[in-house]
Amino acid sequence: MQPYFLSLLIFSPLLGILVLSLLSKEQEKAIKWLGVLATLPSLCLSLFAFWQYQNGYDISKLTEKRSWIRFGEFPFLKETDFTVAYELHVDGFALVMIVLTTILATLAAIASTSIQKEWKGYFQLFLLLEIGMLGVFAASNLVLFFIFFELTLIPMFFLIGKWGYFEKEKAAYSYLIYNGLGSAVLLIVIAVLFARTGTSNIAELRYILTNPAVQTISPISDDLRYGLLVALLVAFGVKLPIVPLHRWMLRVHVQAPPSVVMLHAGVLLKIGAFGLVRFAFGLFPGQFQQFSTWLIVFGIVNLLYGAFLALRQTDFKMVLAYSSVSHMGIVLIGLGSLNEAGIQGAIFQAVSHGFIAAFLFFFVGVMYERTRTTTLARLGGLAKTMPYVSGFVLAGAMASLGLPGTSGFISEFMAFVGAFQAEPWLAAIGTLGIIMTAVYLLRAVLGMTFGQTTVSNVYDLRGIEWVPAISLLLLIVIIGVYPNVLAMPIQTTIETMMNGLGG
Amino acid sequence: MDFETLLSYEWGVMMPEFIILGVAIALSLIDLFMPENRSRRLLGLFAFVGVAVSFVSLLGLWTSDVTSILGDTFRLDSFAKSFKALLLIGSALVLLLALHYEPKERIAYRGEFYYLFLTALLGAMMMTSSGDLITLFVGLELLSISSYILVAIRKKHTLANEAALKYVITGSIATAITLFGMSYIFGFTGSTNIKEITGQLASTYDENHQYILSLAFLLTFVGLSFKLAAAPFHMWAPDVYQGATTPVVSFLSVVSKTAGFVIVLRVIVSVFAQTPSGSSASMLMTLAPYIAFLAGATMIIGNTIALRQRNVKRMLAYSSVAHAGYVLVAFASLSMFMFEAIWFYLLAYLFMTIGAFAILQVVSQHQDDEDVSIFAGLYRRSPLMAVAMTIFLLSLAGIPGTAGFIGKMNIFLGAFVVEPAHYVLATIMVITTVVSYVYYFGIFVQMFFRPVEHTHRLEWPSGVIAVVVICVIGTVLLGVFPNIAYDFLAPFEHFSDFLQ
Repeated sequence: MQPYFLSLLIFSPLLGILVLSLLSKEQEKAIKWLGVLATLPSLCLSLFAFWQYQNGYDISKLTEKRSWIRFGEFPFLKETDFTVAYELHVDGFALVMIVLTTILATLAAIASTSIQKEWKGYFQLFLLLEIGMLGVFAASNLVLFFIFFELTLIPMFFLIGKWGYFEKEKAAYSYLIYNGLGSAVLLIVIAVLFARTGTSNIAELRYILTNPAVQTISPISDDLRYGLLVALLVAFGVKLPIVPLHRWMLRVHVQAPPSVVMLHAGVLLKIGAFGLVRFAFGLFPGQFQQFSTWLIVFGIVNLLYGAFLALRQTDFKMVLAYSSVSHMGIVLIGLGSLNEAGIQGAIFQAVSHGFIAAFLFFFVGVMYERTRTTTLARLGGLAKTMPYVSGFVLAGAMASLGLPGTSGFISEFMAFVGAFQAEPWLAAIGTLGIIMTAVYLLRAVLGMTFGQTTVSNVYDLRGIEWVPAISLLLLIVIIGVYPNVLAMPIQTTIETMMNGLGG
Repeated sequence: MDFETLLSYEWGVMMPEFIILGVAIALSLIDLFMPENRSRRLLGLFAFVGVAVSFVSLLGLWTSDVTSILGDTFRLDSFAKSFKALLLIGSALVLLLALHYEPKERIAYRGEFYYLFLTALLGAMMMTSSGDLITLFVGLELLSISSYILVAIRKKHTLANEAALKYVITGSIATAITLFGMSYIFGFTGSTNIKEITGQLASTYDENHQYILSLAFLLTFVGLSFKLAAAPFHMWAPDVYQGATTPVVSFLSVVSKTAGFVIVLRVIVSVFAQTPSGSSASMLMTLAPYIAFLAGATMIIGNTIALRQRNVKRMLAYSSVAHAGYVLVAFASLSMFMFEAIWFYLLAYLFMTIGAFAILQVVSQHQDDEDVSIFAGLYRRSPLMAVAMTIFLLSLAGIPGTAGFIGKMNIFLGAFVVEPAHYVLATIMVITTVVSYVYYFGIFVQMFFRPVEHTHRLEWPSGVIAVVVICVIGTVLLGVFPNIAYDFLAPFEHFSDFLQ
């Protein structure tokens, strides 16, 4: 099974899409069950791979490679030049991201039970989105990466535009344009690298770009390298998002259905972090070093800007949206530190925020379904009416603000350890953000849990809703208490990156 | 030329043209003697069969060597073969659409439609094989004049009349400009034969001639941009698209545009690629920035004006302008990928455009206008067709997984592989592509998000379904396994015989 394992893992949701298309539109129950079931094969496969990896299995054995596209055969070129292979490959970091994706996909599918209409189309797009996200992490050449990257764009457009809230179409368009431009910039980088070196394989590119002795088909000057790196920072900066490029993400957070936001905040934003680590850092380590201070500065801007604006929001979804902006700042700070602790913190933050954001947005969905509002002022007194829900939300907020014992603490701690080593003054300013985080989250959550009771006749958490609530909370706590579960798999990735820096 | 030499030519290489010519003549005679009240659909089927047989005969010639007959005026090289294949596939699909075109007001001249269609195709095919400026020009005029009449075939329709008149006038001006440009080339070399012209220009270099030759280049190219619907001669496209019938529009935007690229490549590349120039390797390279400028302008004009169109046909007209710009990027880059990139893009464009027009034809059939709202709720009315339309539009927008993406990728490779790379041009292409998302996705919004506006049943005739299925398969298959198409070009060794 080894030569097909990754393909199977990525494309197993396809089976669900096919079976769904056979069902009639009206069978709501069957469609919803099938939608959840269809996410399970990839979940099981990814967990199995993760478990095997923890037990010392060499996952490079899972690498797949088949010849695929060939642009032109010229007698004066090598056989492999201008070919794109269908090649998949995972390392520890990619595997962690895949596990994050499959877990969140299943839980978001469960949370999708609150979708009110056209379940069939919804789940088909949902599963397509999952294929795209999984493929992004497993692709081992740039063209394939880009294909999967764009594959997430189309289903998201429809998921936001059709099943979202009041201003859904505007949000969908703003998602499309921002991300379209981001991918456009990325496509230019990919095409330039491919055209000038003749390969798009990431490992080969890393070798070619970091060894000045290698001859390329067309020359790659130093200026071009800087240009490409800046382009990559912009492309993934849209996705992450880095502050001036963040407006689309607020709209999506607010307008998309909560189950989709779980995946969006949980996984799609992390593609930005993944891309920065893999491509910006991985391919141009020398140039990346020159930009590191700027990254920390941008990270702090993100952190403070997000935190300050979160403080004055009246809608819980907006609080969480700005909180995502703020938390992604920590990823940037960690990356910009360019040391082991910092990078570890950045990756930890990416994973941890994935779980926490999904967790909180799951409860946004739960609350909206019952109260039809997410305005803070109209959600008072939840502790009385929905004690379990408000308890979980409080726990989520604690994790988000970095309470020791939760995953949030570990990641912020590591990122700041790194930052203090690299740029103590900037890091000191950054810690302000951590205080702000506590303030805005407590303000929002306490306002909802306590305060005047405004809603009545609502039921608490029930039935299948317990599954996402409990499992996400468990994951957050496990990473917080036993961080090695995450630290070990990403260790080799970090070591490779540090080698790229030359020590 | 005596009878002996006439017989000694390998007439077999003209087989595809002879078949089309024969069928066109036969059709005109049958139409003449057929009772007036009989349906002309049979003629259409006959025409379709003719095109199919011609395609088969072309495949029979696929691996033959370069052959030149009639005193080097007709040559069958790999360029001619590969682009003839595009023309024939496109025409066959358009004919299938035309068979089932039933507009609100009846069309009286169906018979004429079919044989004029074939003569237009014949003109385009002659252009691919021309080795002489005269035959090239005759082919161009055959195509143009036939298509002027095709546009005007709804002669009681106001918009159609307006469209035809605009088409004739701009077309004639463009032709005149081309001819003027060609006259310089003739004046310099004293020959209309492309091979002789190339030889003459390559052997003499005089700095004073450069300006006049550049003028010849620009005039020829600008005149030919009419057929491509590229700037500066793109203005006819929206009006003509709006006024003409859907099958004619798909003919203009696919077959006629392909023919336009054929003549541009034939004239410009063969004449100027080997002409020495003071500042770089050849005149073509010196003058490439002008092509690049026009390509950039075409992409920007096409994509930004399309944003403001409510009429679907006008929108697709500007979109076709934009696509001409993309292909011109491949030309302006002058890389080793040029011929393949252009051929592949035109093939991808053929499938996605004809597919989109097929669906538009049925959806707009009983409507008074072609406002984008005719697509409202299509997903509820015919879900499969809405999905097919989605695939075509995604491909037009260049989303991965479709043929349009591979085509664009190939163009990018060409633009970046040369030194100095065309960063500005490629950036314009990428940005305008994102701009194009807005109007393509606008149709998605109508199809999937809006409630149904017109409730009458949509009828999908078998021919249209066949076209849609073929185009979906083509678009997706070329997007996932593009080497199916590239393998077809394998015997040609990168069109190395083009300049021989």
